Amino acid sequence: MNLTLKEPVAMKKTREGWGRALVELGEADPNVCVLVGDLSESTMTHFFAQRFPERFFQMGVAEQNMCTVACGLAVMGKIPFYSTYGAFAACRDLDQLRVTACYTNLNVKIGGAHGGISVGPDGATHQAMEEFAIMRSLPNMSLVVPCDFHEAGKATKAAAAWPGPVYIRFGREDVPVVTDERTPFTFGKGEIFGEGDDLTIIACGVMVYEALKAREELAAQKVSARVVNLHTIKPLDAELIVRCARQTGCVVTAEEHQVNGGLGGAVAEVLVREHPVPVEMVAVWDRFGQSGKPAELMEAFGLKARHIVAAAGKALARKRD
Amino acid sequence: MSPSVDAATPRAHARGRLAWSAEELSAKALEVRRDIVTLLTEAQSGHTGGPLGIADFGTALFFHELTLDPRDPKWVGRDFWHFSCGHVTPVIYSLMAERGYFPLADLLKFRRFDGHCQGHPSAHDTPGIEVSSGSLGQGLSVGVGVALASRLDQSPRRVYIVCSDGEQQEGSTWEAVMAAGHFRLDNLCAVMDYNNIQIDGDVEKVMGLAPLADKYRAFRWHVVEVDGHDLAAVLRAFAEARATPGRPTMILARTVMGKGVPFMEGDYRWHGKPPKPDEGERALAALDTTFPAWRARLLASGGGSGGAGA
Repeated sequence: MNLTLKEPVAMKKTREGWGRALVELGEADPNVCVLVGDLSESTMTHFFAQRFPERFFQMGVAEQNMCTVACGLAVMGKIPFYSTYGAFAACRDLDQLRVTACYTNLNVKIGGAHGGISVGPDGATHQAMEEFAIMRSLPNMSLVVPCDFHEAGKATKAAAAWPGPVYIRFGREDVPVVTDERTPFTFGKGEIFGEGDDLTIIACGVMVYEALKAREELAAQKVSARVVNLHTIKPLDAELIVRCARQTGCVVTAEEHQVNGGLGGAVAEVLVREHPVPVEMVAVWDRFGQSGKPAELMEAFGLKARHIVAAAGKALARKRD
Repeated sequence: MSPSVDAATPRAHARGRLAWSAEELSAKALEVRRDIVTLLTEAQSGHTGGPLGIADFGTALFFHELTLDPRDPKWVGRDFWHFSCGHVTPVIYSLMAERGYFPLADLLKFRRFDGHCQGHPSAHDTPGIEVSSGSLGQGLSVGVGVALASRLDQSPRRVYIVCSDGEQQEGSTWEAVMAAGHFRLDNLCAVMDYNNIQIDGDVEKVMGLAPLADKYRAFRWHVVEVDGHDLAAVLRAFAEARATPGRPTMILARTVMGKGVPFMEGDYRWHGKPPKPDEGERALAALDTTFPAWRARLLASGGGSGGAGA
């Protein structure tokens, strides 16, 4: 499919998509519970709290307990969704996730808010950029990185239906709405958002928008770029990745995450095994973030469309060699 | 249950709450200790001291207090039990096998590649283990979640979490303690194996915890202090927990690590090692049996002895 960007593009928060979807899930299933660690408005779980106060648990500033209490709820057949900032959900709770949630394979759903450099003024401590590497390394864990408001809602609902622990990554800022209610979304399957033959850009999260912008810029240079929205990083849609590599001959990955162990790594691992082609990665290059405005940080950390275009140039040159 | 099934089912394996007397529990606890020493001697790997210290109140939990069905571990009418201190698997598996979750012979494959009895409890491998554990300081939080779910379901289920004293040093333990008090979870009862010994020595020397009773009371818990080897007192503590509204209960069970085997009792070096074959023989002699005899009993009986009075 070819998804066209309509300017001016609407802007909305991914975490609001999660918060609204939780209310719908709560209406559909009395087993859906929500927990939060003193961040009910930040994580948009206040919508659920207002609607279903008896199934909403305020857990205070105690994220390790929140994770494992959610596990206990899951043991008894509840479908607990809990959320806090990704910095805590992924890093502070890693031991709980590893032993209690993943080793037991419990049906807990984790909303990791405030992921990425675009968190902005709060600075490095709150700019979670390690979650993909962590979640990818845990057996039984699934990882979804929705690209916009609508996809965040679909991912949240899909997580409820997917057995086992699922981590969903959200950002802090309003981000471009590139999909609508009817855009296809299948958990575990990537989606082609723009057709192309010369190279494939594989992106997730807000970088999907940047990839679509880059595709337009590349088109002006007579380069036909395919854009894949790889929202589910685990389980990985290896079949789609390999097919795109075969058909276009080189790949650029784009993610708002550390380069080590992220989306680029996941794609490269598959391609090295199945169909080696040149791969260039647009990511945060093994460094901590800093305070600043989201837009200037995205620029300074090399996460804009023009950086994808530059990476595409390198990938195409390597493909020609 | 049909008469034919009933006749084939040892009394120790029945669905429901067994409510055995202190005398019956004492006899079963001796068998559990023999199981523990035998499986550790066979495996030549695992923790000895803690499991022997837990054997008495653990037997009271499984053969008096808990409502469960060993043949249907997910039975909706069950109570929930969980060992937060996962390293005491020798007593967990022995209690489970004696209660009828799986054949006693499985104990002889403890920590082996071809057995389901993992070094630390694994929900993936052992039927009846509902939640894996082994990293300390997580189990009480699981209990809080199960207690909240049971309250939402208006279920009469009670939730029992066994924890160690050493894991009170984990910060996450106190997050759970805080939450249980905050939510007034009177369907939650924790039992602490308070032997004052951890891997590196006396708990009070490694990282002091006293006064634990005061600490739990300050976190809005009801606290009962008992001799963890006095089965009548343990049963009274369970009854007191049931009868205490509006607060979770912590039973501080004072125990002697290695209880029942004189040369192990109170010696921290027996926390994390198994008895060598000759030590296993001496330990089983102290428990009025021999290694070959008890090993043969585990292999032969498959599904448990039926326990005292069966």
